[in-house]
Amino acid sequence: MAPDGGGRYTFPMLTRRALIASSLAAPAAAQVDLGFADNGLRPTTRAFPQKGEMILQRSTPPLLETPLSVFDEADFTPNDRFFVRWHYPFPTSVDPAKHRLRIGGHVGKALSLSLADLARLPRVAIAAVNQCAGNGRGLFNPRIPGAQWGNGAMGNALWEGVRLKDVLALAGVKGGAVAVRFGGLDTPLVEAAPDFEKSLPIDHALTDDVLIAWGMNGQPLPLLNGFPLRLVVPGWYSTYWVKMLDSITVLDKADEGFWMAKAYLQPANPLADAVPGAPAGPRVPVTNMRPRAVITNIADNTKLPQRGFTPVRGVAFGGDYGVATVELSADGGANWVPAQLGRDLGRYSFRRFLGALVLPPGRHVIMARATSAAGVMQPLNQNWNPSGYNRAGVDPVRVEIA
Amino acid sequence: MRAVLAFAALALVAAAPPTKRLSVNLPDAEGLLPERYGVSSEAVNNNCLACHSAAMITAQPRLSRVQWGETIAKMRTVYAAPIDPADDKAILDWLVAD
Repeated sequence: MAPDGGGRYTFPMLTRRALIASSLAAPAAAQVDLGFADNGLRPTTRAFPQKGEMILQRSTPPLLETPLSVFDEADFTPNDRFFVRWHYPFPTSVDPAKHRLRIGGHVGKALSLSLADLARLPRVAIAAVNQCAGNGRGLFNPRIPGAQWGNGAMGNALWEGVRLKDVLALAGVKGGAVAVRFGGLDTPLVEAAPDFEKSLPIDHALTDDVLIAWGMNGQPLPLLNGFPLRLVVPGWYSTYWVKMLDSITVLDKADEGFWMAKAYLQPANPLADAVPGAPAGPRVPVTNMRPRAVITNIADNTKLPQRGFTPVRGVAFGGDYGVATVELSADGGANWVPAQLGRDLGRYSFRRFLGALVLPPGRHVIMARATSAAGVMQPLNQNWNPSGYNRAGVDPVRVEIA
Repeated sequence: MRAVLAFAALALVAAAPPTKRLSVNLPDAEGLLPERYGVSSEAVNNNCLACHSAAMITAQPRLSRVQWGETIAKMRTVYAAPIDPADDKAILDWLVAD
């Protein structure tokens, strides 16, 4: 939703002068190899506000990826290393005292709430993974146009705020409501482009676990992660976690807007799987995440010294359920051994894992796979779809033991 | 585990909403795209960098002329990008000149 002109928010401009000036800027200090079939080298950057070293995918609007080694260090991803993804320009100056969250549409009473108004509601906190629907897109084969993420377009945080359902109750949802639409302060440069708005089915919007959050790991949200408010939809992809949230509209019919009806659609099967080149079949919006395990202490194509046991660590999540097991394989998926699970911080959180494999000298393909508490096992074969969403298969890690 | 939950509970009590204005500066974008193998980048620079910076293009995998044409069409029809149709050929020539 476009901000008003009251001086609450300030937008930057991408100007030709800025472009030319930046072409003279110093080159990036370091590069990472994201392991794509081609064009996987990316610079790292420390140039973004409230962010430490991040993988630079795009400056404007920012796409910043978290290095996998960050996930190796703690259950919660630090705010200054948390991935960033914007479709459109957004204000770079926000006054939370003047910010208002408007609630309207199919409600008894339209409201305009301040953060202080929200703070009077019961406060809750939930640990949850926030993962881009396109996380890992650059690893698909065949390759797919779009943001070329490795597996670092995800993170885990303790989100703090109030329940969406409590806020909706203040306005009074009328009978016949079918969806709730969310908009933020980001605004397309070209007026005719579709405003970024996402919707949840009314039943999901009224569940206990959907939050309007202002806190992230005990701090205010970084601006690039949605200051001062963002929607938190645990278990669902981050496309629904609308940043700089300023409008909530209860709908009495389905949301036919571009970002629900035309974008973020996947093949209508649980694995979002399609055959490359085949005609597109029925499609549905991406919603809940699939179980995944990602190895964080060994990068793909790494040479390691021989040891009695080679430690293998990583993070797993169950999608919209908790993690039941993580298993490791040293032989490309023929045989599996259980890994030890770390602290249980709730069904939506990262669950770290630790195991050890006996790796004699030579080349090996090591794997980790997660099974959710709902009994959904991560498949050995990778799924594929034309938009590169919902990457769900096991990611093999090639190692050579010297 | 218990310690973590206790910490979380404490953080919860302390975490009132923010009240102070937050202002940041974003870094400059990646700059203009260079000529490639003698193919001018003028059309791609003029038409493609208003809404996104150059890395959106340079980060892509090797795409065919047809795939890049689909991308231009998407930018035009979905995002209303004011791309001059007369520039399409010059844009595509640069995009596949690698």
